[in-house]
Amino acid sequence: MSHSSMNAGLSRRQLLQAGGALLFAAECPITFATKANAAGGGAMMNSFVRIDPSNVITMLANHSEFGNGAYTVMTMMLAEELDVDYRAIQIEAAPTSPDYYSPLFREYLTAGSVTTGSTWLPMRTAGAKARAMLIEAAAQVWGVSQAELSTEAGEVYHARTGQRRPYGQLLESIHRLKIMPPETVSLKDPSDFKVLGKPTQRYEGAAKVDGSAQFGIDLKLPGMLHGAIARPPVHGGRVVSFDATAALKMPGVVKVKAIGAGVVVLAKSYWQAQKARGELNITWDRGDNDGVSSEQFYRDYRALAEQPGILAEDIGDALGALSGADRVIESVYEMPLLAHATLEPLNCIAQVSENACTIWSGTQYQSNDQEVISRFLGIPQEQVTVHRPLMGGSFGRRSSKTADFTVEAVEAAMGESVPVKIIWSREEDIRSGHYRPLFVHKMRGSLDASGMPDAWHQVAVGQSLMQGSKHDPAYMVRGIDIYSLDGCLQEPFGVFPYGTSYQIPHHRVESHNAPRVGIVPQEWRSVGHTHTGIAYECFLDELADAGEIDPLELRLRLTKGHARMNRVLRVLREKSQWDEPLGAGRGRGMAARIYSVSPIAQAVEVSVADNGDFTIDRVVCVLDCGFAVNPLGIEGQVEGGIAFGLGGAAFGNIDIVNGEVQQSNFHDYPVIRMPQMPKVEVHILPSDEPPTGVGEQATAPIAPAVANALFNATGRRVRRFPLSSQGFKLV
Amino acid sequence: MKLTVNGTEVDIASEGDTPLLWVLRDELDLVGTKYGCGMAQCGACTVHLAGQPVRSCVTPVSAAAGKAVVTIEGQADGAALTAVQRAWLETDVAQCGYCQSGQIMVATALLKENPAPTDEQIDTAMAGNVCRCGTYPRIRKAVHLAAKLIASEAMV
Repeated sequence: MSHSSMNAGLSRRQLLQAGGALLFAAECPITFATKANAAGGGAMMNSFVRIDPSNVITMLANHSEFGNGAYTVMTMMLAEELDVDYRAIQIEAAPTSPDYYSPLFREYLTAGSVTTGSTWLPMRTAGAKARAMLIEAAAQVWGVSQAELSTEAGEVYHARTGQRRPYGQLLESIHRLKIMPPETVSLKDPSDFKVLGKPTQRYEGAAKVDGSAQFGIDLKLPGMLHGAIARPPVHGGRVVSFDATAALKMPGVVKVKAIGAGVVVLAKSYWQAQKARGELNITWDRGDNDGVSSEQFYRDYRALAEQPGILAEDIGDALGALSGADRVIESVYEMPLLAHATLEPLNCIAQVSENACTIWSGTQYQSNDQEVISRFLGIPQEQVTVHRPLMGGSFGRRSSKTADFTVEAVEAAMGESVPVKIIWSREEDIRSGHYRPLFVHKMRGSLDASGMPDAWHQVAVGQSLMQGSKHDPAYMVRGIDIYSLDGCLQEPFGVFPYGTSYQIPHHRVESHNAPRVGIVPQEWRSVGHTHTGIAYECFLDELADAGEIDPLELRLRLTKGHARMNRVLRVLREKSQWDEPLGAGRGRGMAARIYSVSPIAQAVEVSVADNGDFTIDRVVCVLDCGFAVNPLGIEGQVEGGIAFGLGGAAFGNIDIVNGEVQQSNFHDYPVIRMPQMPKVEVHILPSDEPPTGVGEQATAPIAPAVANALFNATGRRVRRFPLSSQGFKLV
Repeated sequence: MKLTVNGTEVDIASEGDTPLLWVLRDELDLVGTKYGCGMAQCGACTVHLAGQPVRSCVTPVSAAAGKAVVTIEGQADGAALTAVQRAWLETDVAQCGYCQSGQIMVATALLKENPAPTDEQIDTAMAGNVCRCGTYPRIRKAVHLAAKLIASEAMV
């Protein structure tokens, strides 16, 4: 890891302004009550750090906290360089202005597991530069050399004289002495780390055991009305007319009106609104999606998969090799629509005035919310203020490109003099949401004389996440959505520097963008890997079986050109006791994926009863995520990523019939529960590479690893998901 | 209608069929108790009613009249967390944290009934509580730790 003098994260302009914020704070302490105004007014722009005279250190966090641990790793980074207790740092959600946009996405967006990697230098640099200014001030005030000064626990310390001064008491001197942030600063050498790399408890953990953590759904504003929306039975349906006579007679009901999303009941309390919604009499136009069904998607996609798609990669001569092969192995993998089912249902509070709008929203995607609302209301983007509370899970759902759950609250609040809060019921969440798109992958492969994969031909069919969106130019390559082929290509593709770690001599991959009908597709934790992982890793398992080569041995051979994955696989072999036989009724399977640039592999042991009921006895997970910033957090994300992917693979299924989603709540859209959760052993490989995020990494391999283990135990290959639809019930 | 919530008697204005959950959240501003499903499928809304864990999303407030309701806010005595809460913190259980009020309320009730539960007993008792972040392994660990903390405190 490079840790020499650097200022890679912040430009000179930004640093000057960061220093300016420090000075500003010294002259004019900013209280939490006015933080939004101060930020919006520009005085605090481009600063991640604010220190006030009472020595309260505030970090402006430009990434969302939804369980991902963003607030923990970011405060750890700042704390390390600034020598303060990470838990003593106050966090404010940074304002939604371009200065705080992710340098990677050029938007205010928390996604793609990039938070740790993309804040690694900026947050440390911000802390180190602030520290350098404090040291310089103390040296001048005390008339000693900077080299004699050290910092600890929020104070500058002079060992020889025993003098100490809290940072907050040096702000006036910084201002008076006109101390400017240094051009460059040395970041700590990893061997000196006191916080980074150490298992560290969650920053906001205490508030999450006593009920005091404030999620969006918990916020209450003076005079606020609560809204419940009756949504069309079919995605894209519209209200023709409605009769609210009965609803308006219900207790607490203030108003009923039609909005784009449906008919909204506004009431004094949420329960009153929800109850009155049941009394509405609505005539719907079911719209263009009336005839849509999941089964039709499967039929259409299977037919498309037989047609040539847009060619993404053609290494060697896969078609020639397959046509000349003695034996061609052929399979079709089918993955259903999936809902995110964040446990905190979607919600948003909006207040609209003549030329401004304020929302309180648990969102991953502030700049887009701001943009969509500004377009919707016809007001300048900077007139839309976004307050971002903690989120009760997200998994991709709160990065809505349509800003669906945000803009509807704005529409509901239009014309009201008070803020309006919309909460989605669980039924709305399951039926009216955005979904992991349904995908079909047609796979063909052949083997060489030694039994190793020789030719690979894959055709992916599904709705594109990015087609036609504002991300189209960056994430669509020659009409191909790069997420549709996540981890399936051997060569770099678009903005993705990575693909698969395997090298197969003849490798051809094609893609079809299925028509955008029926649903709105949405990223789901680990995005394309949720389906490409299954298709790629299960079919590779089929080839291993056909060539009579152990699946892990096969992957070791295929990754000879990829040192990091090869190391992960070698450790997995050892840690999982891969080569030790299992008893009857048991089976072992594995899968390996590159998420971002980081390799991960999992070995799964299952026990399967004659009736197909199965338990997962053990998951061994080996990952390389570069420098492990917070091993305790990583372990939690790995366990959680596995749980999330496992639930989806085992029984996740959104089924559409005649345009209507058939599932509605946790009884018919089951998610993984405690008894089904396997024991997970996490092995984080030591690394000096820069850190990469782990929020989605562990979700990628779990589904194929389990399916491969079931095959190993029973000889039965699942090619349509979820597993429960094929007679395998996770108990 | 009167309720005793976390030891304090309160007058309730909501209609009697209002679920206890929404009375706690919207009328009494006790928002630590969470809405997750509205049909007793996820456990996020668990509170103790007359000492027993109940799903407040399907409990009409009229059914709680005159009875003692204890919520997550009634667990810690001032700043002093309960053994279960301390175990949760120590084990670093929470991720998003949304389900954890309900998890803690169920675990607290479990440990009153069964001071030293096995993994299997924990799984059974907690099976009604969904955690989408998948903190289940740490919940198991934290329940065991809480059992130890309670036992060692009882010996003092």
